[in-house]
Amino acid sequence: MPGALLFAAQVVEALPGNAQRDTELARQMQALSLTVHIPIVCFGIAFPAMFLFVEGLHLRTGDQTYKALAKRWSKVALVLFAVGVVTGTILSFEFGLLWPSFMATFGDVFGIGFALEGISFFVEAIFIAIYVYGWDRLSPRAHFLTGVPIVVSGFTGSFNVIAVNGWMNTPDGFDLVGGRVVNPRPFDALFNQNMWHEIIHMYLAGYIVCGFIVAGVYAFAWLRGRRDHYHRTALVVCLAFASLAAPVQVVVGDWAGRDVAKSQPVKLAALEGLQRTERGAPFTIGGIYDRDKGEVRYGIHVPKLLSLLARHDPNARVIGLESVKPADRPPVNVVRIAFQTMVGIGTGLALLGALFFSTWLRKGRLPRSRWFYRAVMAAGPLSFVALIAGWITTEVGRQPWIVYKLMRTTQAVTSADGLAVGYAGLVAVYIGLGAAVVWLLRRLARRPAESEVAG
Amino acid sequence: MLPQLCLALVIVGVTAYGVLGSADFGAGFWDLTAGGAERGGRIRGMVERSMSPVWEANHVWLIFVLVIVWTAFPVAFGSIFSTLSIPLFLAALGIIFRGTAFALRGHAATMKEARGLGALFALSSVLIPFCLGAAVGGIASGRVEVGNAAGEPFGSWLNPTSVLVGVIAVLNGAYLAAVFLAGDSRRAGQPDLVRAFRARALGAGALAGLVALGGLLVLHSDARALYDGLTSGGGLIMVIVSALAGVATLGLVWAERYGPARLTSALAVAAVVVGWALAQDPYFLPGRLTLRQAAAPDAVLSVVLISMAVGTLILAPSLAYLYRLTLQGRLDQDYEPLDQRFRP
Repeated sequence: MPGALLFAAQVVEALPGNAQRDTELARQMQALSLTVHIPIVCFGIAFPAMFLFVEGLHLRTGDQTYKALAKRWSKVALVLFAVGVVTGTILSFEFGLLWPSFMATFGDVFGIGFALEGISFFVEAIFIAIYVYGWDRLSPRAHFLTGVPIVVSGFTGSFNVIAVNGWMNTPDGFDLVGGRVVNPRPFDALFNQNMWHEIIHMYLAGYIVCGFIVAGVYAFAWLRGRRDHYHRTALVVCLAFASLAAPVQVVVGDWAGRDVAKSQPVKLAALEGLQRTERGAPFTIGGIYDRDKGEVRYGIHVPKLLSLLARHDPNARVIGLESVKPADRPPVNVVRIAFQTMVGIGTGLALLGALFFSTWLRKGRLPRSRWFYRAVMAAGPLSFVALIAGWITTEVGRQPWIVYKLMRTTQAVTSADGLAVGYAGLVAVYIGLGAAVVWLLRRLARRPAESEVAG
Repeated sequence: MLPQLCLALVIVGVTAYGVLGSADFGAGFWDLTAGGAERGGRIRGMVERSMSPVWEANHVWLIFVLVIVWTAFPVAFGSIFSTLSIPLFLAALGIIFRGTAFALRGHAATMKEARGLGALFALSSVLIPFCLGAAVGGIASGRVEVGNAAGEPFGSWLNPTSVLVGVIAVLNGAYLAAVFLAGDSRRAGQPDLVRAFRARALGAGALAGLVALGGLLVLHSDARALYDGLTSGGGLIMVIVSALAGVATLGLVWAERYGPARLTSALAVAAVVVGWALAQDPYFLPGRLTLRQAAAPDAVLSVVLISMAVGTLILAPSLAYLYRLTLQGRLDQDYEPLDQRFRP
């Protein structure tokens, strides 16, 4: 049941103490840390499946090129995993450092998701070490099998974390008595209404982001004339994974939109800048939401399209922003621009994927146009932008609530001083981290592929 | 009963991190103090070879502790993290530096790069255990109040008990690392490194023991309740067990029996963690919040326990496989002094 939405009362925090003036700073810090971590999650989801697939090709054909490629990718995956370990640790620290009141009030309700994620993460850490350090030291078959838990735990780990995010959007699995959270039911919380579309949306995003970013590296090499077996294999595998996921993502996105229309109508209204509740609501492309006038200006209005998309019925009623008081609405322009960015880029990526597949299936080769490779190079960074834009849509769209309609973000935040200092420190550290990772990946890429087979 | 079982999970996690995580920090300590590029190259090479396959798995124990505490003892978690935000934030920054610098040093192309990254890795390996130890000291000495940043922002971790626990955490890591590295060096067939780490293990072990004994005086004046708990009943028994295990480890290292020394050194840490828990019984946050008050409802605790039991069924064989491969040397990289790599 969409039970939680029926609750009228706001919760009473479990931690005594004052709310904080620096909620914006805390949100910025959390957003920054998530922006750093989420692309690495994409690699955790998709990259193991990709290198394991290539290792499978090696086992079947005995072709050393496949082995070199799988080995190279697994080394990159290990570096990214190490970075993910530390950036993920920062996130779990930040839950307590920035949102102690949220954790104290609801930690028992949703915490189990992270406990299960912890187990997945552990399995991943163990087997990625065995896999990468076990090349040429385990039997080929055993080595291949040690890769399987990496793929599985990459999925289960992100599954649990995203289930918690789904819970923040559609809270369930507890009762409210006089504003107090009681009778927690962890599994009801985990399997909440938003969980399924969020996890599948993110899982596909992992393949799209990882696939296109890695493909972009080889597309660059391709344009510079490196077109041997090694580079062609790498390109085809990456593009195949990303291109399979990208068109499906359009369908999943539609499903997510309809779920949001039902469970979080105000978020949907913010995505579209829809002020008044109406039947046959239009869809507006582009433009800026004007809060004083309560409308989107300079956009292209397509009549009835929003009702059609949100409810699959051109005359359906769509709830507008006016249904709640201004203090309970998210910042419309941020959410709306992020949403349109995601949809725009996602559509482009789906088209690019379709182009690759039609050429590959009809002609059995890669497209010849240089513009295709330039587009693939652009697709990597763009898919990252779409990923972050998507998360901005769902996270900023949930504001001003940390737990939808139950706990305000301002109730959740820490009362400790000095957030600004911490923020500045964190920005500096992340800039250094980003520079270091780019430096390292370039160094790895410069090593000749043959060195992998010898080692 | 359920709160005690969940507390036991926390104790297991803290102990595992206090042994395995600490040893990785200690390896960083020896990396830091190994001397110039040429003289320290052999030690650094050994540190790199030993840590590479296992440090991520070792680090996960910290996450494990956090997750259990916030699920099973949420109010305590919120209180601890908001009051002790400064040392915990510093530890978090240190964790970024350490993990990244270590991962990157493995791919450094010149001695200069390796030196810069190594310094960052090694310095943060000292910063992290100190900060985490200081936070533990703040909790154990009853300085965390229930509430959103209700305790002292500085006094909660800059106090005699915190500094003591922080220093012990650093020394304990150095000691454990030296014991483990001596064993690894022997497996790698590097007798001079075995001797070097053996000497370090004996020195650091003796020092850690002396500081721990002297520390009792600090606790006597600064954290009387904790002192009383550690010097009576179950707390006292655990302190004695830890001391005996520590002395036994020194003896085993002296006799160059590094395998059993691994076990006794781990036992020494485990006994201290259990002793700490017994000393502050029945409190989770001493003087402020009992274990019962801190615990989430039973429905949640039983879900936590069941999940962990199922998780153990998956994790135990996986970990056993990793450590078996590691101890058999099947994942070993070829040993190479760190500075050698940069010579033509």
